Amino acid sequence: MEILDALLQGFIVALEPINLLLVIVGVTVGLFIGAMPGLGSVNGVAILLPTTFLVPPTSAIIFLAAIYYGAMYGGAISSIMLGIPGASTAVATTFDGRPMALRGEADQALTAAAVASFVGGTISVLLFTGFAPPLAEVALAFGSPEEFALMMLAFATFIGLGGDDIPKTLFSIFIGLALSAVGLDIISGEPRLIFFDIQGFFHGINFLVLAIGIYGIGEMLWTIESSRGNVRVSKAMVSVDRILGALRRTKEAVGAIFAGSFLGYFVGILPAAGATPGSMMAYGVAKMISKKPDSFGKGNISGVAAPEAANNAASTGSMLPMLTLGIPGSPTTAILLGGMVIWGLEPGPRLFVDQAEFVWGLIASLYIANLFAVLVNIAFIPAFIWVLKMPFTILAPVIFILCVVGGYAPTQNMHDVWLMFVFGIAAYLLRKLDYPMAPAVLAIVLGPLAEVSLRQSLLIAHGSPMIFFERPIAATIMAISFVLFALPLVKYIRARLSDRAAGL
Amino acid sequence: MRRMEIIMAIVMGLCSIGLMIKSAELEIGWIPDEGPGGGAFPFWLAAGMLVCCIWIAFNWWQRTSPPSTSVEAFMDRPALILFIIAAGSLALMIGLVHLIGIYGSVPIFLVFYLRLFGNHSLRLTSALALTIPVAIFFFFEVTLKITLPKGSIEWIERVIFFPLYEIFL
Repeated sequence: MEILDALLQGFIVALEPINLLLVIVGVTVGLFIGAMPGLGSVNGVAILLPTTFLVPPTSAIIFLAAIYYGAMYGGAISSIMLGIPGASTAVATTFDGRPMALRGEADQALTAAAVASFVGGTISVLLFTGFAPPLAEVALAFGSPEEFALMMLAFATFIGLGGDDIPKTLFSIFIGLALSAVGLDIISGEPRLIFFDIQGFFHGINFLVLAIGIYGIGEMLWTIESSRGNVRVSKAMVSVDRILGALRRTKEAVGAIFAGSFLGYFVGILPAAGATPGSMMAYGVAKMISKKPDSFGKGNISGVAAPEAANNAASTGSMLPMLTLGIPGSPTTAILLGGMVIWGLEPGPRLFVDQAEFVWGLIASLYIANLFAVLVNIAFIPAFIWVLKMPFTILAPVIFILCVVGGYAPTQNMHDVWLMFVFGIAAYLLRKLDYPMAPAVLAIVLGPLAEVSLRQSLLIAHGSPMIFFERPIAATIMAISFVLFALPLVKYIRARLSDRAAGL
Repeated sequence: MRRMEIIMAIVMGLCSIGLMIKSAELEIGWIPDEGPGGGAFPFWLAAGMLVCCIWIAFNWWQRTSPPSTSVEAFMDRPALILFIIAAGSLALMIGLVHLIGIYGSVPIFLVFYLRLFGNHSLRLTSALALTIPVAIFFFFEVTLKITLPKGSIEWIERVIFFPLYEIFL
């Protein structure tokens, strides 16, 4: 009952005219961003975060969450129409969405994707509403050792579940944490890591500088290089009759949509796992439970619906640890979390107590965003197709300009713009060599908190690291972290043993 | 690709050593009653980075990572040209901000990128080169009250922007 009261209050906040307008604008912008190849929710949220300084924090997070949501819907559009995933989260949608489009069923695939995204989004928001308050209540008992253990868990999931090269993932985490240490020492106030005595380093490295560098400039350079070939936009015939027909056909995929929704939500909660593996797993499960598994990859509607339901559910799932524990579940939520710090809020379980209006306004806005996203998505299908035909030589300079102005706005210092440029170039080069970049963004956001909790814990324990293993909650989280850290090693040993067995 | 993998590992390894030395300017050990020194956190992170670089180099030697076995070029000629044009023009735009400000460098960047690089029509190029700076002015300066850099040429701000501020702010 308490939850319902809080949610009702949240709806009152979310339905304020300014917030409602921001939800509609946010999902529309998000849909377009998600639909552009090479751009996803993380790029949209990183590039547009500086534009939210105008409105109060609640409205700002509602706007950015709406972009996040819209981009999840939009990712399917380019997967289906171009055969190029709008973002990695929509890769699985390409498998069956593209064959459907080539068969002349683009409208059916787009409608199925929209409906599946709506169901996935709705189920996940309902789960979120039920799970978030009890988890936040448990998290209220956390002290600094538990907080640090949680950080370890967040990083361990990148190692255990991220699937990237282990030393490169670790390097990415370490460099993100090290960059967060630039500026003044958070405890003694002494200047630290002031490279070449450049004054700009005194105020530290704003996480946005790294995020826009990686997801704005680096991503654009990457897309400019990878989109050298010609892309062919499929034709889509759109009419009310055809959409109604497509809605009826989507019924075939009900099982896949529900499976994708639940799977996506729970995978989304895990930091590092998130929407991409969630959607891949949902595709696999949909194929497994299908009566016609052979038709997957050739244009099965369930193959479009399952990953779309999952990536939307995962985006909501990734907000659960962000709001309750202060640990982002995805790169996009890492940037949202950084935004919360800029707006003067302290992420973590106390948000539910101290900033109830903010938290419940956001949760309620997700219900509204979900509804508007499906409506805008279906209504704007012709507009998306038009935008997809826009040459990249128009989009790229506009995004570069947004990056430069957006990088300047938070601190109003050209030093940050140059730093952002350097990070963008470095991210592009490192990405070509398979260095994952998301852990670095997560690390720079969590860095200050990780350092404070580590130093405070060690101080309490007079330097003994055993404090992390003596308290039950911290010890449990640490044990899970170690299991995750060891997971790649176990996989490696098993692979070697099976190789050896095969050789015998 | 293989050569670049080891070059990057060596460069990053050297950066890690530099970071360790820089961190050691502050106390990296234990300070009684204060806990770990201010340099400890970045020092051990940089040490971790160095270990990772050695690990990456080991994998390169063992040929176990995909880039270490790749025979593809890290950047072929067309990719290199695209990279130089895109990154170079962006760097030039940022550099020009110091001299002629955002409102001078943005249109120049747009004209270069759209007209010379993108081969778009003069109409589209001039339309975007004029409307985007105006949109930036109204959004950032008028609405968000964030003053954007006007460059080092003093009269630009005095002659053009002071009257605009009088009208809109």
